[in-house]
Amino acid sequence: MGRYLLRRLAMNVVLVAIAASLAYMLAATTMNPRASYEGRQPPVPVEVIDRTLDNYNLNDKTPVLERYVRWASGVVTGDFGSKWNGGSVGEEMGRRIGVSLRLLFIGTIVGFALGVALGAYSAVRQYKLSDRVIGVGSFVVMAIPVFVMATMLAIATYNLNRGLGFTLIEYTGEYNPNVTGFWPLLFNRLNHLILPTISLSLGAIAFYSRIQRNMMLDVLGQDFVRTAMAKGLRRRTALFRHALRTALIPSATYFAFAFGTMFVGATFTEKIFAWHGMGAWLVDSIQQNDVNSVAAVALFTAACILIAAFISDLLVAALDPRVRVS
Amino acid sequence: MSPILEVNDLTVTFPGGIQAVRGVSYQVSRGEVLGIVGESGSGKSVTSLAVMGLLPRNAVVSGSVKLHGKELLGMDEGDLVKVRGKAISMIFQDPLSAFTPVYTIGNQLAEAVRIHQKVGKDAAAKKAVELLDLVGIPHPAIRAKSFPHEFSGGMRQRAMIAMAIANDPDLLICDEPTTALDVTIQAQILEVLKTAQQETGAGIVMITHDLGVVAGMADRVMVMYAGKPVEEGAVDDIYYRPRMPYTMGLLASIPRVDGAEGPLVPIEGNPPSPKNLPTGCPFAPRCPMRVDACEEEEPPLVAIGGDRHVACIRSREIEHKNLTGQDVFPTPVIEHAPIERVPREQRTTVLELENLIRHYPLMKGAVFKRRVGTVHAVDGISFDIVEGETLALVGESGCGKTTTLQQIMQLQPPQDGRIVVLGKDSSKLDKGTRKALRRDLQIVFQDPMAALDPRMPVSDIIAEPLRAHGHKDTDAKVKELLELVGLSATDGDRYPQHFSGGQRQRIGIARALALEPKLLVLDEPVSALDVSIQAGVINLLEDLKGRLGLSYLFVAHDLAVVRHLADRVAVMYLGRIAELGSVDRVYDHPAHPYTQALLSAIPLPDPEMERTRKRILLEGDLPSPADPPSGCRFRTRCPKFARLSEHERTRCVEEEPVVIRLANAGDHGAACHYAEEIEVITASDDQEEQ
Amino acid sequence: MRSKVVLGRMLKNRQARYGMIAFVALVLLAYVGPFVGPYDWTDKDFLSFLVPPGGDHWWGTTTIGQDMYALTLRGMQKSIVIGVLTALIATTLAAIVGAFAGYFGGWIDKALMWGVDLLLVLPSFLVIAIISPRLKESSWLWFVVLLAVFTWMITSRVVRSMTLSLREREYVQAAVYMGIPRWKIILKHIVPNLSSLLIIDYTLNVSGAVIGEAALSFFGFGIQPPEVSLGTLIAEGARNATGYPWLFAFPAGLLVLLVLSINLIGDGLRDALDPGSNS
Repeated sequence: MGRYLLRRLAMNVVLVAIAASLAYMLAATTMNPRASYEGRQPPVPVEVIDRTLDNYNLNDKTPVLERYVRWASGVVTGDFGSKWNGGSVGEEMGRRIGVSLRLLFIGTIVGFALGVALGAYSAVRQYKLSDRVIGVGSFVVMAIPVFVMATMLAIATYNLNRGLGFTLIEYTGEYNPNVTGFWPLLFNRLNHLILPTISLSLGAIAFYSRIQRNMMLDVLGQDFVRTAMAKGLRRRTALFRHALRTALIPSATYFAFAFGTMFVGATFTEKIFAWHGMGAWLVDSIQQNDVNSVAAVALFTAACILIAAFISDLLVAALDPRVRVS
Repeated sequence: MSPILEVNDLTVTFPGGIQAVRGVSYQVSRGEVLGIVGESGSGKSVTSLAVMGLLPRNAVVSGSVKLHGKELLGMDEGDLVKVRGKAISMIFQDPLSAFTPVYTIGNQLAEAVRIHQKVGKDAAAKKAVELLDLVGIPHPAIRAKSFPHEFSGGMRQRAMIAMAIANDPDLLICDEPTTALDVTIQAQILEVLKTAQQETGAGIVMITHDLGVVAGMADRVMVMYAGKPVEEGAVDDIYYRPRMPYTMGLLASIPRVDGAEGPLVPIEGNPPSPKNLPTGCPFAPRCPMRVDACEEEEPPLVAIGGDRHVACIRSREIEHKNLTGQDVFPTPVIEHAPIERVPREQRTTVLELENLIRHYPLMKGAVFKRRVGTVHAVDGISFDIVEGETLALVGESGCGKTTTLQQIMQLQPPQDGRIVVLGKDSSKLDKGTRKALRRDLQIVFQDPMAALDPRMPVSDIIAEPLRAHGHKDTDAKVKELLELVGLSATDGDRYPQHFSGGQRQRIGIARALALEPKLLVLDEPVSALDVSIQAGVINLLEDLKGRLGLSYLFVAHDLAVVRHLADRVAVMYLGRIAELGSVDRVYDHPAHPYTQALLSAIPLPDPEMERTRKRILLEGDLPSPADPPSGCRFRTRCPKFARLSEHERTRCVEEEPVVIRLANAGDHGAACHYAEEIEVITASDDQEEQ
Repeated sequence: MRSKVVLGRMLKNRQARYGMIAFVALVLLAYVGPFVGPYDWTDKDFLSFLVPPGGDHWWGTTTIGQDMYALTLRGMQKSIVIGVLTALIATTLAAIVGAFAGYFGGWIDKALMWGVDLLLVLPSFLVIAIISPRLKESSWLWFVVLLAVFTWMITSRVVRSMTLSLREREYVQAAVYMGIPRWKIILKHIVPNLSSLLIIDYTLNVSGAVIGEAALSFFGFGIQPPEVSLGTLIAEGARNATGYPWLFAFPAGLLVLLVLSINLIGDGLRDALDPGSNS
């Protein structure tokens, strides 16, 4: 089993490398960093532009492959290249990575845990009012894209705060730099987290609750739940001890898939709530033709998704002995 | 002695007005075994689930279920859970799905112990191991740590029984406990059940469709039809003196491994759907003794003498005239083809297999697959079939009979050996000849539902082979074929899902016959059908063979069916042929220890014989075909090997036996170094197991 | 015969019925609505900037005096067309790749599925966003193609695994043993038995594409001005949502309704076509 997982991990590293390389190639061929220097007042001489771009490894006159090799050999040693204006991509990433990871981590955990709990509850109470409410609710939530949800939450909070006359819930930025002291700052940060977390995890909650409900219902009809009750377990105990764990397995396999959606969602929440994370950086750097930054974000995303896939494998293996043995 | 369980006028209704159970009453006492017999849809399983209170919540249950005089119906969950698994335990049919896949067998057993007994975790785990030991699982302490999927079917069922007796129940309900198992494993499990009963002294309710299983186990039998008991009584009365035409027909329609060849007694028609039951006796539409009064009112279950009950208005008359199924049900006359009178040597060979080998690589790993071994699915088998002959290939699951069949049907060059169909070697076929040869070689599949494309009307299904081979006008031929297999010509417009299992199998047969083949491969054609339907299809196959001069390769695990249909039989074990010969010789004088065990394991629908019979029980499970034993493959389980001297055994270990014609026998050979003919199924007085 | 049964079952299904009604109403609104309104979507009313809903401008006006009603319906037309086209391409691609990989197996299967894995490593949003600068000058149809190329993977996996199991069905084996050629078996036995999956998946791909388009356009990576879609309108509206909520509410509301109605149809179809499954 350990060897299998190791091999899987190695495979994932290869996939990340390929995906990031492809992303670099795409970015390097579609984007035009030169545009940021051309048409300036006063005009910059072509040689100067070329020299600057060469410096940053962004010159479109250099063949793509040559640029790629320089970029890739940098990345291997931990150097992610320069931004379009010469700043270090690595440093920028260092600043932003934590912001995004915090958002993604909390969003995923909250989404998975609450979604699974709601789904399981809904399945146990099939056809009851609570099941219907959860079902309709998740259906509606799934039809609302993150950017609409986030904007609606922002508007609502704005109006709430205005109505109250003071700022109950924060809706811009990651924290208030004027706040000092450990507890006030922590509290302030948590307050800033509320809206992004809600808008990010609501979709995931709806998604997982539907999957978990369907899987539970599948499992509920199976013989082993009946056996568990025939042994003398109460229905509720039989469901939680025997059905829930078995029904968790498919949800765990969706973990990797849902993480990609989560990343895209994070891009919107970061932009809308003015967090300086990786997603917001992606949008900005595409608009600025910042090839190396885009490649860095792509690398980060691919790595995150494959780590999620790996965790998903681990989860499945932990839950399902049938996978473990083979 | 007061009964443990009293069921009175139990009814179960599902949403949509489906009456699955319509008034069932029975009693079970300590140490008594009650057999409940019925075909699928007769309500026998629903009855037992209702007793346990395990039906889905939308089922409406009425009547009374009393355990030791205490009413169980309507009892609240808190009290009911103290009864379930303690006073009443249940053993389910499919032991794979009945265990939670993510917990170890030991854990699940220990859980059952701890629910009802105040013991610690360690004590419960120890008890679990003891229970596994009791039901005959080798190395119980190690096996307790295994997960359900690591157990074989037979071991899972043993574990299931262990779980059921964990709390010394007063009553065991067994719902088709051996249906999913091979016949030698079934014999083992029935033995374990008997042990379990002795151990606990419990009463047993045995639910099954297999009249053979009940004959050997039950003290009393209840026969169910369309949700109601139609006859009930002591086991001998039911088997030897049935008084209800349905029971009579059922007993007469079972092919018997000790029975004579020739046509079986079929029960025409199909059981009624629980959605629209006839007003009168539900069996009336299929009953040869029907009179007008039968259709007026459903006959109640009334007592006729002593402890027996019958629901038939003509039961007195049956008793008076002492009628049997053979008297009442019309037996079809089946003609034999003239070719069958020609000696075997003078007929042409239609199929010849010579040392056929099929190995599969055994792969491991999910990402990078690598070969870790070889599955010896078919490992050098030879046989031939001549014109107008039926050869049966029998064996338990994993013996390689399905692989053999696929190899033949594919008409591709085999890995090794030869396949010759109608004189044409499969390794020397070009595309055109192969396609042309397919006209003469057709197949009927096991599962009549899966074998027909649900999106095509029946006429298209039957016309498919015709069109594939360039016939333009198929309508007339399709109608002809439908009538040939006993369906109506107008059935062509309907879809497969509108037919019952037996009818679907007839459609499959019609399709196989469309191109007028010479050789028909039958892959377990009746094993998915109910007993009363089975007989009709077997008769049809026999009739078609006579009328059309067909040859059959008949693949089956049911030796009783084989006896009726086949002329010759080849018994397979782990990819090799163990014994080969004419049906009469092999059944009456089996020479290979495996054949002997196989034949002796088949339960007979005859209580007297079942009680006196001695079984040759095999040890353990089939070895993995990826790692077959050296020398004789059967030696690890062979009862004869166990009795041989050390010196004699070396031959079995070192030298792989081949099929050798037995001395003084015509068409009969066995692959055993120490082959010795014995009788295992005749009802002779001096039954001995060698 | 079967389609009649399915249609009947679908009409009986409340979800699907509501979804169908809502979807037809939305399509009618998008295509007939503009003829009813007093303004064209290209018109600019220089006398009324940022007018709230009511009066002449039913849904209000934008910062440059465009009529929100006309603009939103124009945007919805685009969103619907993009959704329908994208899903068509994606589902076809998924069916072909999945059926091929599943039926032929071997290295074809391995290569195709490896490609699918690779495409799943990066979110399609990210890839399309990277390519988008290049699409600024080209037709929006290229955008459709791009969206489709990045949405088919999951479906094709499902198609593949279903093909794998269909291939082993006895009626398919029966056809093989009758001597029917492979391509005919795929057409006659495999594809018809996949059709319910494909229909359901098509529906869900439509709503996925509608959301995908809006998401990309939200950052300016999708539909380019002067053309409008619900996504570009929502992006525009979100910026001023607190002060001028109608700029956001109408396009966002219609987007949610559109997606919801399509999802309802898809879910109802699943119940009608595939009564066994409840996933």
